[in-house]
Amino acid sequence: MAARSQMALSLGFHIIFSCIGMVMPFFMAVSHFLWLRKGEQVYQNITRAWSKGVAIFFATGAVSGTVLSFELGLLWPTFMKHAGPIFGMPFSLEGTAFFIEAIALGFYLYGWKRFNRWFHWVTGLVVGISGLTSGILVVAANSWMNSPTGFELVNGSYINIDPIKAMFNPAWFSQALHMCIAAFAATGFAVAGVHALMVWRRRNVDFHMRSFKIAAIFGVIAALLQPISGDISAKMVAKRQPAKLAAMEAHFKTEPYSPLILGGIPDEKNRKVNYAIELPGMLSFLVYDNFKTPVKGLDQIPQQDHPPVTVTHFAFQIMVGLGMAMMALGVIYLLAIWKKRNWFNKGWFLKLFIAATPIGFIAVEAGWTVTEVGRQPWIIQGVMRTADAVTPMPGIHYSFYLFTVVYFTLSIVVIFLLYRQIKMVPVIYDVKPKKLHTN
Amino acid sequence: MLYVVIIFLWVSLLLYLVMGGADFGAGIIELFTSTQNKSRTRRIMYNAIGPIWEANHMWLIIAIVILFVGFPTIYATMSTYLHIPLTVMLLGIIARGTALTFRNYDAVHDNMQKLYNKIFVYSSFITPLFLGIIAGSAVSGRIDLQANNFADAYLYSWFNWFSVAIGFFTASLCGFLAAIYLIGETHDDTERRSFIRKARIMNVAAVLSGAVVFIASTKENIPLVQWVFGNFIGIAAVSLATISLILLWYLISRGKRYIIRVLAGFQMTMILFTTTYRHYPRIVILKNGGYLSLIDHRGADKTIYALGMALLVGSVFILPALFYLIWSFRKKDGTADALQH
Repeated sequence: MAARSQMALSLGFHIIFSCIGMVMPFFMAVSHFLWLRKGEQVYQNITRAWSKGVAIFFATGAVSGTVLSFELGLLWPTFMKHAGPIFGMPFSLEGTAFFIEAIALGFYLYGWKRFNRWFHWVTGLVVGISGLTSGILVVAANSWMNSPTGFELVNGSYINIDPIKAMFNPAWFSQALHMCIAAFAATGFAVAGVHALMVWRRRNVDFHMRSFKIAAIFGVIAALLQPISGDISAKMVAKRQPAKLAAMEAHFKTEPYSPLILGGIPDEKNRKVNYAIELPGMLSFLVYDNFKTPVKGLDQIPQQDHPPVTVTHFAFQIMVGLGMAMMALGVIYLLAIWKKRNWFNKGWFLKLFIAATPIGFIAVEAGWTVTEVGRQPWIIQGVMRTADAVTPMPGIHYSFYLFTVVYFTLSIVVIFLLYRQIKMVPVIYDVKPKKLHTN
Repeated sequence: MLYVVIIFLWVSLLLYLVMGGADFGAGIIELFTSTQNKSRTRRIMYNAIGPIWEANHMWLIIAIVILFVGFPTIYATMSTYLHIPLTVMLLGIIARGTALTFRNYDAVHDNMQKLYNKIFVYSSFITPLFLGIIAGSAVSGRIDLQANNFADAYLYSWFNWFSVAIGFFTASLCGFLAAIYLIGETHDDTERRSFIRKARIMNVAAVLSGAVVFIASTKENIPLVQWVFGNFIGIAAVSLATISLILLWYLISRGKRYIIRVLAGFQMTMILFTTTYRHYPRIVILKNGGYLSLIDHRGADKTIYALGMALLVGSVFILPALFYLIWSFRKKDGTADALQH
């Protein structure tokens, strides 16, 4: 249990650092592009400010990633002993992608005025693309745990290993797509929220408003696209991991016209959900595109293979709820662009986005909880149980406490640093604001 | 393909030792620099390693990934029995990497800088210390798969004279590398002399801790003398390293900047070569006399093949870009530029 908590904690932090680290370079590239095209100084300032954010998150993402590559073995030696050769392929490619990202970032951060302007811009873009590629590869490794392929298990030994097939396991595409869009949505809303706060406080309005617009449009588009990938993912889960789907939906009883359960408190002992809204047939429709086909419920799955229903169900509801909220914000934002340009200066509009700062990441964490907790008790779906994979070393909970302290300190310092970066914006980047904007 | 993978494993370890080692060493030197000279040391160091430090950890990650993809049994055994030193090393890596970034990217320069520096220098020392301990433990024959109590299995596997001595040896090598590297980055004679003195101190420290390693090995009944000097190739490598060391000091006195780096790198290569050559392919020696071998404990053939291909293709992309990065920042001395980036 301590091992699982430590892993969850490390991944939970890594997911935030790396999402920001892989998405922010794109924001940076956009504002850099605008600067190169329009020549307005404010865009260069934004680019420089963001590039420092990228550097901070890249470094923390890189160390938390290094830690994870060790923790896999430190905590799950049995799992790695068998699974390493099968699902390790994306990791070795991820190493390459990540290395390129590090090199490109070196060029980018230290390359102002040294290189051709467009070469410099391209290195910034490469940071984003290679970051995204590593993200996709890591998710592909995780999706293998959900839909293991590329080997045969005969009498306890793993034979006929095919790492390429394992990498392109059936779930890799749906999971990677879902995660990438989620990263864009979460980072977009988080960055936009911070800048909205600064606009609302009337600090360096021009600087923060333009930053807000770039970040928000990424977040908005991603949020509006996410339901499509969510649907693909859900169908994949239904096919490969019926227990997980049933736990997500708190779906205990297999029956035709399976209902979609909204909210409610699952009662695992009596196998029912209290205080929920049920939409008959909707679950069947979402999974099979017709209202009648029964969706496999937990009653058809042996008790010892049940994931923790309550946690999975709540996490899923949170994810979907926040996703809906982000979509609503997206619609408002698009309206603001098309029809109501004056909304941008309205307090309520900014406040909405300020309030939305953390929701993307809460949704990401919730979604990740769904996929990990929903897979329990398996570490490799249907092949190896988590309990059989854990390290034999006693006293893991001390290590868990230690890492908890480390990660919390780390996040506090990161937040502190960003706060100082933002606080210093007037000093560093706003030398001649009056010349820049005339409205 | 197996040999391609093994060569990559060895080379990435070597590069981590040399490049990452110089990185750690810079922190170690800072730790042992008097307070009034600290800020100068730091400035030189930051200009030197700033653009490439992000890349250095990758060598370690590559080595780890090769181990867990290609040689999962070895990875699983080491990470089980050397859990504690690995964890300490990890904490060192986290603390060091973040402290370095933070001190560069904190927009406000105040007392927080002192804290970052403190974390940075201590973790720069602890990380290679434990890296050495881990390497020493792998061959010390103290990993006991049959151990039935906590101390035997998880503590004495690495906490012994031999491993700890190797840890100190590694740390002083890192300091030596950094001092040699930084001699080439200095701008005036005072700075230069001060780094030459640091290099000399680190050199002495490395020789002393190296001697302790040999003493500890006899105490722990590890046939290290025989491993190193028991055959022609071992003796040849040690002699080459010694000759190049003498040459290095001669060239320093002649005011050479860059060739001494090559020589220091060559010494590291020889040291890693001597220490791994006799063991190959047995990289972990167990208490019961058994061992884990890169040949016998390799992963499935298809995996090794795919891994080798991935590494080859990866290097086609990475190496030119990395060289261009280093070269373009070497090309002109952009000190002022890098400071205000």
